[in-house]
Amino acid sequence: MEKSPNYDDLLQIIQPYLPEDVASDQVGPKSHFVEELNINSAHLVDIVLDVEDKYDIILENEDMDQMQTVEKAIDLIQKKLAAK
Amino acid sequence: MKFRSIIEKLPYGEPFLFVDEIHEASQEGMRGSYTFREDLDFYRGHFKEVPITPGVILTECCAQIGLVCFALFLMKDSISRSIMVLSSSEMEFYHAVLPGEGVEVISRKLYFRFGKLKCEVKMYNADKLLVCKGQLSGMLKPVSDG
Repeated sequence: MEKSPNYDDLLQIIQPYLPEDVASDQVGPKSHFVEELNINSAHLVDIVLDVEDKYDIILENEDMDQMQTVEKAIDLIQKKLAAK
Repeated sequence: MKFRSIIEKLPYGEPFLFVDEIHEASQEGMRGSYTFREDLDFYRGHFKEVPITPGVILTECCAQIGLVCFALFLMKDSISRSIMVLSSSEMEFYHAVLPGEGVEVISRKLYFRFGKLKCEVKMYNADKLLVCKGQLSGMLKPVSDG
């Protein structure tokens, strides 16, 4: 089983999708992907797909709706891993 | 002609419709064609002396057939309140397409999840030469009734 998700792992997944005007040190646990980090909806899908690959979990549409901040994403991954 | 209804549902019209016909469609991919008429307006300026179909228009043709028509096919009727917009494109070009030439676009699904359709597309000319290829992604966006 994959180790539990931590902030650094998630930051690594997010980093390639950050727009040029957002530096990675601007990302915090409560950062809102769309509103604060300016990640567009297509890249949000990329993040979800990368998360699925890394943790070997399947996310549904409802999960996607919940995954609005870094913190919430980590919570969600933990729940999914626990349910495996 | 059985794919006529897909083309009728397209949100494009003249002078920005770059699909004539869909020939094949499945859950995995789509094949369609278009002929670039000699009187298309952009040939007056691209280029002034030598009319050649612009790469962005070839990309658009690939996207209309390979992403938008394909999404309409995959979603059947549930797409009616959404529109698919281009979210990323990475294309390479190999052969020029001259006014009057017909092309065929073949699209293969890489994934369609959470409203994002990512495909590998290839465009061939009448001599079956590869005109361009690449990867395109589109995102379904809800349309307001406005």
